Amino acid sequence: MSTVDYGKIGLKIGLEIHQQLNVGSKLFCSCPPELVKDEVPEMTFLRRLRPTQSELGKVDPSVFFESQKGVKILYEAHRKCACLVDMDEEPPHSLNREALKVVLTAAFMMNMQPVDEVHVMRKTIIDGSSTTGFQRTSIIALGGWIKVGEKVISMQAVTLEEDAARKIGVEGDGKIVRYRVDRLGIPLIEVATAPVMYSPLEAQHVALAIGKILRDTGKVMRGLGVIRQDLNVSITKGTLVEIKGVQELELISTVIEYEVQRQLGLLKVKDELGSRGITREVLKPVFVDVTDIFRESKAKVIRKAVDKNQKVLAVKLVGFAGFLGRELMPNFRVGSEFSDRAKFWGRVGGIFHTDEMPNYGITAEEVAAVCKAVGASIEDGVVFVADTAENTFDALKAVVDRAQEIFDGVPAETRTAKEDGTTRYMRPRPGASRMYPETDIPAQAITEELLQEVLANMPEPAEKKLARIMEQYLLNEKLAKQILDSEWVKMFEEIVKETGVAASTVAAFLTETIKALKRDGIAVENVNENQVKALFATIGSGALAKEALAVVFSWLAKNEDKTVQDAIEALGLKMFTEADVELIIDHVIAANKPAIEKNGKGALGMLMGLVMKEVRGKANPELVNRILKQKI
Amino acid sequence: MLGRTLSLLFDREIGMSELEHSGYKGIALRLLQAAGCQVGDIIRVISKDRIYEGILIPRAELCDAASIIVKMKSGYNVGVTAFEGVVVEKIGVGVKPMFTSPLLPKQNSVLPRVVIMSTGGTIVSRVDYRTSAVRSVMSANDLYSVVPELSEIARVDTEMVFSMYSENIAPKNWTELACKVAECIKQGVDGVVVAHGTDTMGYTSAALSFALQNLPVPVIFVGAQRSSDRPSSDAAINLIGAVKVAGEAPFAEVGLAMHETVSDSVIVVHRGVKVRKCHTSRRDTFKSVNGFPIAKVLDQKVIMESGDYQRRDASKQLVLKADFCEKVALVKFYPGMDPAVIDFYVNQGFKGILLEGSGLGHVSSVCFDAIRNATAKGVVVALASQCIWGRVNMNIYDTGRDLLSLGVVALDDMFPETGLVKLMWVLGQTGDPEEVKQLLKSNIAGEFMLCTFPQEKIVYEGM
Repeated sequence: MSTVDYGKIGLKIGLEIHQQLNVGSKLFCSCPPELVKDEVPEMTFLRRLRPTQSELGKVDPSVFFESQKGVKILYEAHRKCACLVDMDEEPPHSLNREALKVVLTAAFMMNMQPVDEVHVMRKTIIDGSSTTGFQRTSIIALGGWIKVGEKVISMQAVTLEEDAARKIGVEGDGKIVRYRVDRLGIPLIEVATAPVMYSPLEAQHVALAIGKILRDTGKVMRGLGVIRQDLNVSITKGTLVEIKGVQELELISTVIEYEVQRQLGLLKVKDELGSRGITREVLKPVFVDVTDIFRESKAKVIRKAVDKNQKVLAVKLVGFAGFLGRELMPNFRVGSEFSDRAKFWGRVGGIFHTDEMPNYGITAEEVAAVCKAVGASIEDGVVFVADTAENTFDALKAVVDRAQEIFDGVPAETRTAKEDGTTRYMRPRPGASRMYPETDIPAQAITEELLQEVLANMPEPAEKKLARIMEQYLLNEKLAKQILDSEWVKMFEEIVKETGVAASTVAAFLTETIKALKRDGIAVENVNENQVKALFATIGSGALAKEALAVVFSWLAKNEDKTVQDAIEALGLKMFTEADVELIIDHVIAANKPAIEKNGKGALGMLMGLVMKEVRGKANPELVNRILKQKI
Repeated sequence: MLGRTLSLLFDREIGMSELEHSGYKGIALRLLQAAGCQVGDIIRVISKDRIYEGILIPRAELCDAASIIVKMKSGYNVGVTAFEGVVVEKIGVGVKPMFTSPLLPKQNSVLPRVVIMSTGGTIVSRVDYRTSAVRSVMSANDLYSVVPELSEIARVDTEMVFSMYSENIAPKNWTELACKVAECIKQGVDGVVVAHGTDTMGYTSAALSFALQNLPVPVIFVGAQRSSDRPSSDAAINLIGAVKVAGEAPFAEVGLAMHETVSDSVIVVHRGVKVRKCHTSRRDTFKSVNGFPIAKVLDQKVIMESGDYQRRDASKQLVLKADFCEKVALVKFYPGMDPAVIDFYVNQGFKGILLEGSGLGHVSSVCFDAIRNATAKGVVVALASQCIWGRVNMNIYDTGRDLLSLGVVALDDMFPETGLVKLMWVLGQTGDPEEVKQLLKSNIAGEFMLCTFPQEKIVYEGM
């Protein structure tokens, strides 16, 4: 793996970075950009989406694909963050001007050139993620470059678009998909680079740099899920594959490494099959009903289906023995590649193939019977699947289609990234013909006045900001850099200004402590900005010791929708009042009379230690010191 | 202009429209002409050191800015401002934008015969490159071809009666439409569907309810609130429901089929005279007012909502009474209304005035003289309530009684739009004042319900 020469195989990577904008409302209505956690939706409605022909008169392959699945979509909505616009029951309002300004700001920061006129387009996506069946998107600026290290990275375009609804789940044998429309319509900026990165690590560095530029606008959302990275990965002999939804920056290089591995692996399988004389033509969509073999099977999944009167259908893949189990990525084999297609097209839970048999309670005898039924020799692979008649047929058809595609090398497709860095099939790669003008929104000129307004309000350049932060908050360079690189810099300044807590305390917590907590598995994203502010405000007011920051924060992460006060009560961290402290001090003084008489003021240090031990962090040391001095 | 758009989109034999019809003007047009570009060509535009390459897209005429619209390889459109110094080059001949209909599905001879008549509206609309807005341009034939499910429900014939925004449809068009529908029915079809813009669809459905009497088969109006060029359009589901009802429902009345809720599940059929558009944009904009739906379509099944309907009976002889009087005005009363408004219509020779009164049926006493003058001159004055919901009762307060004594005809539970259409229709049938009053008060097409029932579910909420 580590021996791959990326230059030699002609690896090229382009990035598309999406980030939610924090401009107070959605892109085409005034609903707040909030997500709703409640389990039970306030309203639900059922929809079906149909493919339509685009402006150029073609049905896009990816659109056609979705429609083939015949699914219905059940949307969940809440009045506090979704109106008729989000429900596709009212035309969009005009484009959010604040969002447009943020995108122009980012465009200037990346040396891009704004277009003269913005045309909002409809990007057709009928998987249900938009109630309209399309995503509204528009190009705001083109060209440009950024410098990452010593290298100049060319940019392609920056677009302003609406975020999609959140998928909640699938039910009814895969025929009903649930989406929640709260996220739909939240403004997203999408920054696309040219395909000019040539190694996995380089791509990761560029993504980091773009993420920082976006944060420097001061108008992007913070937290998990607000930034999504799409990767366009190709190698010379492979194909351009689009990988969607890499949420963790640190994962980018791994995802690319795995994708290269997958493409090289597929090419190798193609060559080996070829040298064995196997061709596309010998793979035939001939499906055999093998349900009877499994009537008394001990394999749970299969028996469940058979007992429900469903079917087990099998297909022979000539010459595929040994290839189905070939690993392309960690825990991902050629068989998984087939399984993904079967799941998508056939709505099945998965497939079984002979390279992994006997397994899952399926016996060697059963496998032999299946092979016999389809007429497979020892050199052939067999795939079988248990589900409804319609689903098994669609699933195996997808398997044969995919098997035939092996001979094309790497199929052009859109894949989705998993948390471990591997990817899964999502849909065929969409073409330009799914773009259609959004007729409900007139073209909008980017006027000179607007550009001047944006230019007059550009964020502080990075170097200047570093110098200012170091000087203004008396932070060392390392900490100042850390806070600048984090997503908290705006919050940092606000917290220091509003709460009076020492800048170094705030900075250290927002960078090092949070990072450490995250490493320890604390779900830091569960704590929202208001809670963080409230936490520091409590410390600023003296009602909580700064030593308790991490423990309160962790408690909040584990107990969603609770307040800082709840945390303090639950953790027993309530600070002693001045009167409480005085009582404790009186007590300590009384108990140490002889020592005080002997040492006078010299006893202060000793007394201080004793009192602090008594209050166990629930009193401010300065307060204790002051009272002690008064008393002796 | 509409003709242009039609040929641009539909005449597959004719080449790309010439540049001057593509919406470009002034300097943009000159630059494109000089480069020999046609809409659909692949062009390169160089402006301020920026290069844009892509397909030349027609310009929305209504925009002021003189910019050239380029569809780039990514599929995005961008506008490039045209000024002296901008370089335009033609670098290739591209695909011309047009809509291609899929092949018509085969027809099953055991299925009922249904004619879909198209009059225009969202249900038959697509993007108009001229204005970049949605326009009614699809023929019913195109619609049928993109909703292939129809072939499993009925043998469908399509006919384009006219292509108009529904706000442009006038009583003379109702007459034309009624005559066409009558012709079809006489030829023995099992049902008629009328695709119509939703804005005034309620008026037209009321008009045909009066014009087509003793119907042997149903006549079902249908529209869409989302244009059929978008994946989330309600057009297909509404149309499927309407054709289903037209082909096999047991009733023979004029109905209007649309979404019952915001979900794509139930299609509800309202009585043509009792239905009103009640929301500017929702799919379930049409509601039965002071009445109840006739039927529903759920999971491809027609379910009757009550037993009170005119039966389907192929042996019935259709009676066509398609004349409407256009000299009828709808006058909405409002606080401070100047009675000169009423005088104006009387002086203009109007034959009828539908007063949209307040509450149970009132207008200010300031208007009494004008109304007295109107009725004295033979103008028929009828009254419906601007409350929309509920029944007019002009015996409760003095004002109502005074109005009745002035000769105003109370239209009971008819809401104003149906009242207006009925007044137009009655005056199209007779000029005799007594006959007019008598016809106005008779129940022709279910426009009167003797009792009004609560339409929403009423729940006892405790103490």
